[in-house]
Amino acid sequence: MTSLVIAEGVQIEGRLKSTDLRCNAGQLIAIIGPNGAGKTSLLRALAGIELDGGLVLVDGEDIAQAPSPRRMKLLSYLPATRSLVWPISARDVIALGLPSPDDRRIDDVIQQLELERVATRPVNSLSTGERTRVLIARSLAAQPRLLLLDEPLANLDPYWVLRTTELMREAARASSTVIASLHDLSQLNSFDRVILVDDGRIAADGTAGELLESDDLAAAFRVERHNGGWRISLPADLRSSP
Amino acid sequence: MRALPALLLALVAVAALHLLVPLDSFLELQQRDPALAKLLLSELRLPRTLLAAGYGAVLGITGAALQATFANPLASPDITGSSSGAALGAVLGGYWFGVTSPLALAGFGAAGASLTLLLLLILAGRRADTATLLLAGLAIALAAGAGTSLLLALAPSPFAFYDAFDWLMGSFTDRSLPQAAAALIPATIACALLARRSTPLDMLSLGEDIAASAGVRPRRLSVEVVALSAIAVGACVSVCGAIGFVGLIAPFVARRLSGGHPGRALMPAAAIGAILLLAADLLVRLAPAGRTIPVGVVTTALGTPLFIWIVVTMRRTVTS
Repeated sequence: MTSLVIAEGVQIEGRLKSTDLRCNAGQLIAIIGPNGAGKTSLLRALAGIELDGGLVLVDGEDIAQAPSPRRMKLLSYLPATRSLVWPISARDVIALGLPSPDDRRIDDVIQQLELERVATRPVNSLSTGERTRVLIARSLAAQPRLLLLDEPLANLDPYWVLRTTELMREAARASSTVIASLHDLSQLNSFDRVILVDDGRIAADGTAGELLESDDLAAAFRVERHNGGWRISLPADLRSSP
Repeated sequence: MRALPALLLALVAVAALHLLVPLDSFLELQQRDPALAKLLLSELRLPRTLLAAGYGAVLGITGAALQATFANPLASPDITGSSSGAALGAVLGGYWFGVTSPLALAGFGAAGASLTLLLLLILAGRRADTATLLLAGLAIALAAGAGTSLLLALAPSPFAFYDAFDWLMGSFTDRSLPQAAAALIPATIACALLARRSTPLDMLSLGEDIAASAGVRPRRLSVEVVALSAIAVGACVSVCGAIGFVGLIAPFVARRLSGGHPGRALMPAAAIGAILLLAADLLVRLAPAGRTIPVGVVTTALGTPLFIWIVVTMRRTVTS
């Protein structure tokens, strides 16, 4: 079986070293890593943004060669910043995620993210959480094969954290690859595969169970398992002394 | 864009009014000497109407495009300093290089505007916050203005200052058809190419990363918008001088009609800009006989309150 998403030697100068990655359709993948490790850079590289080298194939198509409307069917990207300058209505922002007008599809995602109440309001007047949901709706609208979400669960209340995770799972089930970066390690068990990014490269790649027990994770985050939770790991010199 | 046909109709009406008013003197001449009346229309009034409409459209569409590119409702040809840069270029060409052909002068104007906009991109960046954009634009406009004064003061012609006042203060009086053509032909081509970029500019409204992920190339797009705007504005300034605030007001109104979409606002902004400048020039003609008020004074009087209002509301709404 060939992979849906194939990245070969993608790199962003000073942020992401040359990286290879293969992902299958139906996979829900988490990217974790300490601040500044390169999570956003990996997502941006996979979205073909300011790529300094390498190649991304989605469903066998080189995204760099795909014309704009086609590319919107191949992939979509949710950035971590949710700032929107112009007073465009939420509904129109979602419409900008579609390669061609499709009112029924817009209604679907508005319903999925429960945006009926704010659909006609200008997005620059919405709260950060509401704007996040509008931008998630925009990412989902075109039903792309590769869904890249930078911190999709940030700024969301507990209901929306669970609901967004469900929506990501549904998108993956519809034979897409969904890749999301996270900070909260307690969310990892909802994901099929976890990629640990550290110092601009992939440091570990496996299931949530494998990653949570691995030394790589502890080394990258400088935390360790303790009584079913986490604590800051002690420096090596202190640990060895009684 | 349902409002566009209505806007175009209004534009035709205002342009007709601009061409024919004052009507009584025209009708009188028409009775005495029809051939002369025709000449008056084609040689004196037509260039003025064309320039007012064309320059207004240029300011509207370039203002809308620059605002979309810089993600800032205050970016416009005057506030980015590009009008001042165009004037500097035109003065350099006219008084120092002895350029007399209107088209060559338009080239000098476009070069000046390009340099100032490139300087702004370097100083403030593509997605500058309002303060940075305004300060960088102000610095560039002041420097270009001082440069223009210096070039005029030291110009070989002792009358340079006096001539240039008429030329650069923003006015449509006594411009010839060849001059109108030199300004409007390059400007029309540049604006047509700008209008084709309305969809990617709308995509850019979601931020550079979302636009890039959808296949837009933000860096290339902004350089294209800046270059095309510079050509259009530079050509117009080299014939009529700098005119303020139309590039601010027209896109602002146009975005009310385009549902806030900065790219879809391009064409309505062109129509509104043309209507505004024609109306302002009509107002100027009402001045007491023997006196001329530069049309730029009228547009500035209209634009300053709006400018202040935008700044105040932005200060309130911009939180993140």
